[in-house]
Amino acid sequence: MITGISPSHSMEVRGQVALEHRQFFEQGNTGQAREQTSVTLEPEFYWEWQSGQSSITFTPFGRWDSLDDNRTHADIRELSYLYFADEFEFKVGISKVFWGVTESQHLVDVINQTDGVESVDGETKLGQPMIHLTWLQDWGTVEGFVLPYFRERTFASSSGRLGMPLLDSDSARYESSHAQRHIDIALRYSHSIDIWDLGFSLFQGTNRDPYLQGENPSAITPVWVPYYAQMSQISTDIQGIFGDWVWKLEALYRDSLDTSTAVTGGFEYTFIGVLDTSWDIGVLAEYLYDSRGKSAPVIGQNDGFVGMRWVANDMAGTEVLFGVTQDFDYSDSRTARVEASSRIGNAWRWNVNAWWFNSDDQQDPLYLYRTESFAEVALTYYY
Amino acid sequence: MMLCVASTLSTFAVNAIAAVDAKLDKGLAIAKERKLRDSGWQDSKASLSMVLNNAQGESSDRKIRINTLEITNDGDKSLTIFDEPRDVKGTAFLSFAHAAKPDDQWLYLPALKRVKRIASRNKSGPFMGSEFAYEDLSSFEIEKYRFKYLGDEQQQGQSSYLIEQIPTDQYSGYTKQLVWLDKEHYRPLKMEFYDRKNTLLKTLTFSDYAQYLDQYWRAHTMTMVNHQTGKSTTLTTHDIAFQVGLSDSDFSQSSLKRAR
Repeated sequence: MITGISPSHSMEVRGQVALEHRQFFEQGNTGQAREQTSVTLEPEFYWEWQSGQSSITFTPFGRWDSLDDNRTHADIRELSYLYFADEFEFKVGISKVFWGVTESQHLVDVINQTDGVESVDGETKLGQPMIHLTWLQDWGTVEGFVLPYFRERTFASSSGRLGMPLLDSDSARYESSHAQRHIDIALRYSHSIDIWDLGFSLFQGTNRDPYLQGENPSAITPVWVPYYAQMSQISTDIQGIFGDWVWKLEALYRDSLDTSTAVTGGFEYTFIGVLDTSWDIGVLAEYLYDSRGKSAPVIGQNDGFVGMRWVANDMAGTEVLFGVTQDFDYSDSRTARVEASSRIGNAWRWNVNAWWFNSDDQQDPLYLYRTESFAEVALTYYY
Repeated sequence: MMLCVASTLSTFAVNAIAAVDAKLDKGLAIAKERKLRDSGWQDSKASLSMVLNNAQGESSDRKIRINTLEITNDGDKSLTIFDEPRDVKGTAFLSFAHAAKPDDQWLYLPALKRVKRIASRNKSGPFMGSEFAYEDLSSFEIEKYRFKYLGDEQQQGQSSYLIEQIPTDQYSGYTKQLVWLDKEHYRPLKMEFYDRKNTLLKTLTFSDYAQYLDQYWRAHTMTMVNHQTGKSTTLTTHDIAFQVGLSDSDFSQSSLKRAR
């Protein structure tokens, strides 16, 4: 631990190791197994000097998976040098950045590629090489990003679960002749004024969301390959607090292989200390829209999300989130999720995550997941 | 005759109101003196531990560090870094306390690198599962309460003022607080918190006072007992340093993200 009055040099190691088991309720479409067990390791090494004004963070990550060779993978989540002074911050290396405010999906969060084999919610990201400059002023924060290398999305293999059948992710194609070496740039302005948190972002470079294109469609078994187009995007994320209400909005205009707008917006309302207990109950509702409608290669093109978050405020830090997303275009398409976790002692935490997918329309991207409902139990040790 | 009685009654009422006004005036004057004596310390860095006990005798430990910046004419800014339990290590909490409006609060979740804004009403919720509410740890500001002097009492062997504080914020979890301040230094020795039904909820006892910069007193042990649940929390300050050179830029969302 680095204490309040820190020495001029310091080094620290922390991290986590987890054992995880997924149990699927049905066999996969191509006969994949129902059990999937894996182990993950994510240490973090941190060095600082000049009282922390300069620091290096190194966070490797590895997963070994019993079922899926693609899910058995390693990544550098962070390997970066950070320097900060009063008004600016300079970071160079591999790092992670989060933009956005909504819960049901992270629409405007485009710096890091999604690590698609890790989780269903898309919240796990691959490390992104970057030069990141931050300028802090009274009137807001301006950030500039230069992103010199592109990371391809990870997908489950054909023997794994929660993947896409007949996808050849090794044969990705690019619009830019520089392929993965295209230099992407981004600019962000953000500010907190009174009850408002505001963000406006620009992005110019390789679209993190691949278009899936049919390769040799006349073949007996056509194969899909990811196509990474260029894109220009302008986006905003806005949040306002009104007493117990938090209102959230993310919106973007994206010019890529197609041109589209998308919006995710809604609220969270929190009941504090319900029923004379220390419990908090948050109620969430969000609407997800994409202008491409039914042809959008995303699940949230015209969907509603409702959720409930229960925080026990007990010694163990017990929390449960329950959420349902209903598609308004495909009335039988919906997903439901439960995420529960609690602490054991000082260094352990258990998690139970369950996802249920329902879809019977082949046009809906969710149709691919119709047999993939599962429950996952994880035990994590923190050191 | 009737007139005379009415006149006497009204005189009595005026005197009674004057007596209440005097108690309000004296209450406010004492609170202002308390605030004045704790002004000018500028900034501080502290490391603390928190032990949570429940009625069944189970306990759980927390370790935190708090950096605080004194703000004149408003509430203080603070950055709290969680070290234990280990699953919340790296989580950090930024708070801009305000005198006359709800506090602004943000939480940084290191796993997602995400900064989350917290609804201000959450101030009446428990801090890290403890018996301290967020608002109990927020800075003391005159505008947050209406004060009333209730009398003099002995408390922990010291001659003390007993003050009633009524929170002005509609989102406070309390209808009132009773505070015992020692007459010599205007330090809180004991507080009672009354819930929204106006029944006694919690008692906070301050002890192990030490003086810093020849002026400012800090209680190194604060014990909060919840009478309704039988739970208690002891907050112990291990280390505290003042005027270490913190500034506004140490209390930004950027500093929240790089806090460790």
